[in-house]
Amino acid sequence: MAAEIDQKTSHQVIVPSVFAEFWRNFSRNKGALVGFFLIVALIIVAILADLLAPYDPAYQFEGRFLLPPAWVEGSMVDHFLGTDNVGRDILSRLIHGARLSLIIGLIVVTLSLIFGVSLGLIAGYFGGWVDFMIMRLMDIIQALPSLLMALVIIAILEKSLTNAMIAISITVLPHYARLTRAAVISEINKEYVIASRVAGAGSLRLMLITLLPNCLPPLIVQATLSFSSAILDAAALGFLGYGAQPPTAEWGTMLSEARSFITQHPWIVTLPGLCILITVLAFNLMGDGLRDALDPKLKRT
Amino acid sequence: MKRYLWQALAVAGLTLSAIAPVQAQNKTLVYCSEGSPETFNPQLATSGTTFDASSIAIYNRLVEVRGSKTEAEPGLAQSWTVSDDGLTYTFYLRRGVQWHTTRNFTPTRPFNADDVLFSFKRMMDEKHPYHKVSGGNYIYFNEVDGPNLIKSVEKVDDYTVKITLTKPDATFISILTLHSFSILSAEYADKLLKAGTPERLDTDPVGTGPFVLVNYQKDSAIRYTKNDKYWRGAAKIDTLVFAITKDASIRYQKMRAGECHVMAYPNPAEIESMKADKNLRVLQQEGFNIGYLAFNTEKKPFNDKRVRQAINMALNKANIVKAVYLGSGTPATNPIPPTLWSYNKSVKDYQYNVNKAKELLAAAGYPNGFEATLWWMPVQRPYNPNAKAMAELMQADLAKVGIKVRLVSYEWGEYLDRLRKGEHDMGLLGWTGDYGDPDNFFGNLLSCAAAGSSTARWCHKPFDDLIVKARQVSNQAERTKLYEQAQVIFKEEAPWFTIAHSIATEITRSNVTGYQISPFGSHDFYGVELK
Amino acid sequence: MLRFFLNRFLLLIPTFIGVTLLTFSMVRLIKGDPITAMLGERAVDPRWVEEAKARLGLDQPLIVQYGIYINQVVQGDLGNSIVTSKPVLSEFWDLFPATIELALSAMLFGIVFGIPLGIIAALRRGKVSDYLTMGTALTGQSLPIFWWGLLLILLFSITLGWTPVSGRLSFEFYVEPITGFLLLDCILSNDWPAFYSAIHHLILPTLALGTIPLAIIARMTRSSMIEVMGEDYIRTAKAKGLNPKRIVLIHGLRNALIPVITVIGLQTGSLLAGAVLTETIFSWPGIGKWLIDSLDRRDYPVLQGAVLLVASFIMIVNFIIDILYGLINPRIRHGR
Repeated sequence: MAAEIDQKTSHQVIVPSVFAEFWRNFSRNKGALVGFFLIVALIIVAILADLLAPYDPAYQFEGRFLLPPAWVEGSMVDHFLGTDNVGRDILSRLIHGARLSLIIGLIVVTLSLIFGVSLGLIAGYFGGWVDFMIMRLMDIIQALPSLLMALVIIAILEKSLTNAMIAISITVLPHYARLTRAAVISEINKEYVIASRVAGAGSLRLMLITLLPNCLPPLIVQATLSFSSAILDAAALGFLGYGAQPPTAEWGTMLSEARSFITQHPWIVTLPGLCILITVLAFNLMGDGLRDALDPKLKRT
Repeated sequence: MKRYLWQALAVAGLTLSAIAPVQAQNKTLVYCSEGSPETFNPQLATSGTTFDASSIAIYNRLVEVRGSKTEAEPGLAQSWTVSDDGLTYTFYLRRGVQWHTTRNFTPTRPFNADDVLFSFKRMMDEKHPYHKVSGGNYIYFNEVDGPNLIKSVEKVDDYTVKITLTKPDATFISILTLHSFSILSAEYADKLLKAGTPERLDTDPVGTGPFVLVNYQKDSAIRYTKNDKYWRGAAKIDTLVFAITKDASIRYQKMRAGECHVMAYPNPAEIESMKADKNLRVLQQEGFNIGYLAFNTEKKPFNDKRVRQAINMALNKANIVKAVYLGSGTPATNPIPPTLWSYNKSVKDYQYNVNKAKELLAAAGYPNGFEATLWWMPVQRPYNPNAKAMAELMQADLAKVGIKVRLVSYEWGEYLDRLRKGEHDMGLLGWTGDYGDPDNFFGNLLSCAAAGSSTARWCHKPFDDLIVKARQVSNQAERTKLYEQAQVIFKEEAPWFTIAHSIATEITRSNVTGYQISPFGSHDFYGVELK
Repeated sequence: MLRFFLNRFLLLIPTFIGVTLLTFSMVRLIKGDPITAMLGERAVDPRWVEEAKARLGLDQPLIVQYGIYINQVVQGDLGNSIVTSKPVLSEFWDLFPATIELALSAMLFGIVFGIPLGIIAALRRGKVSDYLTMGTALTGQSLPIFWWGLLLILLFSITLGWTPVSGRLSFEFYVEPITGFLLLDCILSNDWPAFYSAIHHLILPTLALGTIPLAIIARMTRSSMIEVMGEDYIRTAKAKGLNPKRIVLIHGLRNALIPVITVIGLQTGSLLAGAVLTETIFSWPGIGKWLIDSLDRRDYPVLQGAVLLVASFIMIVNFIIDILYGLINPRIRHGR
């Protein structure tokens, strides 16, 4: 995919005019804009979670179990979205869940970006058996569906949110490594690379300064999309009991705990799922927009 | 094979084509079970789920516990005598008991002493051709120390069996009610061994019980038909289906939709709405279990009785039980459940009293409290639905008397392992009774013999003398007295903070009659009727 | 072509060895052991526990254990489950058909609805219906399966009572397992009422698992169609005055479907992952649930075998896609 990157962009490191052009392309896509603003809103909610949340998300209000949301009969004004089975305020938990989900996404993307890109650079730059070993390792990771691989890794590391994030990062490594490697291989024999090599640039410099910027566009798209898949996978792991452990306010874990109450109190199942959906959708919308804007060859709309 | 196919087709066709009259002829009871059986041989099993599907439906034992009772009654043994020295048990077997006829076995003879010998020898004799089949882990047999307790099993004649013990044991008859002592067919076993497929004995069972296994689809369903020749009389339902449904809410939904007739282990939170549903009947019974917090009595400061008593007073039991068991648990005073004989009603529990607790701690030399670990298990158990929540409540209570508690937990297997090694200060655990004898609780959990691995690591001579003696004496009235005394000492010495006995809840559709909750948590559909 | 095929095939070998190493070390690294987990609170002579572990071969040096393991794998023996003591392979074949049935049904659902939706959206490019379809598709693609499944149960089973809550077949039916594929077995037994019941039970899980593939296929079909419609030969055909519908269906679609087929192939992995969640929610007796259960019980041989089998399955599917893609697209074949 990266091999098809336009020749023109590859010679320039991002400069203002490119950015302006990018924004023009990006903002033409209404969906992407919606996604972008949703994400901005989510980030604000996440940062201000302590201020916005009416209560401590782990605090259990005695006797206020399973209150419905404010617009349903039998609710309390104090709890706009009601309470869960042990009397915790759902709104507060959802707000803190937003923070947690974004943190999960951020950490997973950062971890996998750093390690994946490094592996890809090394594989593409050195080639030979180094390349072979790295790529076979990636094959092995990809031989299992990501969720299953993550389950297995967590089983080894013990159940916790941190380990869930590590596990998810490992499962998305191959995407980054492959993208980077492909970009490096297509660039490495081009004149400008050879020129800097002749000029005496070291391997590290070549990899990081010369080659890396040219792999950026597909990586940015991939990062946005894996942000959403990280949130989704973390929630799925939480749902299966292998992610965040209660009483952490993580959406998937909340859903899993709420599952027993689906008949009588459907809202405590509905709300966390809706939050996951909206967040994931926002990142997917933006990812689509980014792809179209950054990668004219792959333009879909 | 073909015959079953046609039978099944006929059943399917009939239930579909006609509505009321035909259905009355073929009654299918569906039990929404909570998991898949590990095997169909109860000798190899440990879980109640497996016993429900195997020993209870398919097999019989020499002596059995049935319905809501905890006492043993005659099963395949019509009667038995015990020698004066308490070492030799002679069992007189029931005549004319037929083995099941299944698709790969047609019996040529009724049940007799050879079957009893086969069933015991397989577990006892390491050289028995069947001993190592299917992994050969006879966990319950080992738990009751079978290899050392039973000296020999001999055939006197076709319908008389003599079992000799190495030492007198008043609990032996109760032990024989364990599912693992189910009687398997020796004739079938021989046939399979000759065919070179001995492991099929454990997957394609042939028993003497009320139901015959038709088919098991892993993780999906188990189907039985009634045993027309059952020696207690044929069951009142024609087909029994276990619909395996792991999730409690889904089981409830299936109950509401009429897809199941009986279910167990409901979500505590849903019990209220179940009670309100006219189509459902909620059955509850005090469970045969105990949840406890044990103090590691080998470690300081828990080797001091006053500290243990102080903690007993510092913990608000009523509040803990209410919050954690959500109405399906009763606060516990003694280490055995109230439904078990010899339960001492006159024992008074410690009252919640923070000041008194502080005084005791001060007297023991800890006026400012101390630091300690409290371990909680990572899984739900029948006797404790939420150990973590419980641990947090206890932590808050103990902080009030100055004891700073650090909560510790490990993966379940590792948790048990470390507890057995005594790495904890205080640990949450519990016990579900296997058979109706107090020794099952006292001996396993509080005896000196078990002190090397029990959670309290408690060995108190006066107490131990009582329970050791109670196991040897055969007179039940005498035994009751000894156990009652033991409970008084237990409370005074306080090696545990006894938490609760959980209440078992099971749901049936209102057209199900004759169903009884078993104190041991087993599910028996013999005698159940569909109206 | 043969070189390409061989090349791809040889690459499978190191990956397969890697996967066996992974599954092997994984189960040794996981904490807890099945014997202790099975014992629970029961106290048993520690000597006996050690003996039981020795019987499972857990006391041997690692390298010996791996040697034994590989030797068995090569002979097609994946060991016996510790919990049920049945061969892992036979348990796998008991459960795999249920997963495949569900996955195929979900995929079929995705294809049958996804491709037409994509075509329609492509033909109405830029119109409201296009935006609506694609917006819905992207939403579908973003759905957390486990939540979506629960919502479906809530709506169709609990509130409306249209579909059964869980399971594969109503209890009044009994179909002799012949192939393990329930629908097929119903047909083979000529039991049509059971067949309808099985279909009835399959609806919700299919919806839950099939929505994401549907969304992806619809989006892929649309973009692929748009691309193909812009190609010269279509324009030529239009200029020649051929029937527009004919152009779309005969010329456009055939070429547009190539990338769509690839996407369908690539969905195998995510379908299996989704099956884990779907099976958990609907009590569907497939390998997803089996895997999770064995993880909880620390049933090493099952865990090891199940992971290896799933990985091999996916490797084989990917290999086939690779080869097919190479056949369709010569550029790939000669590229590397």
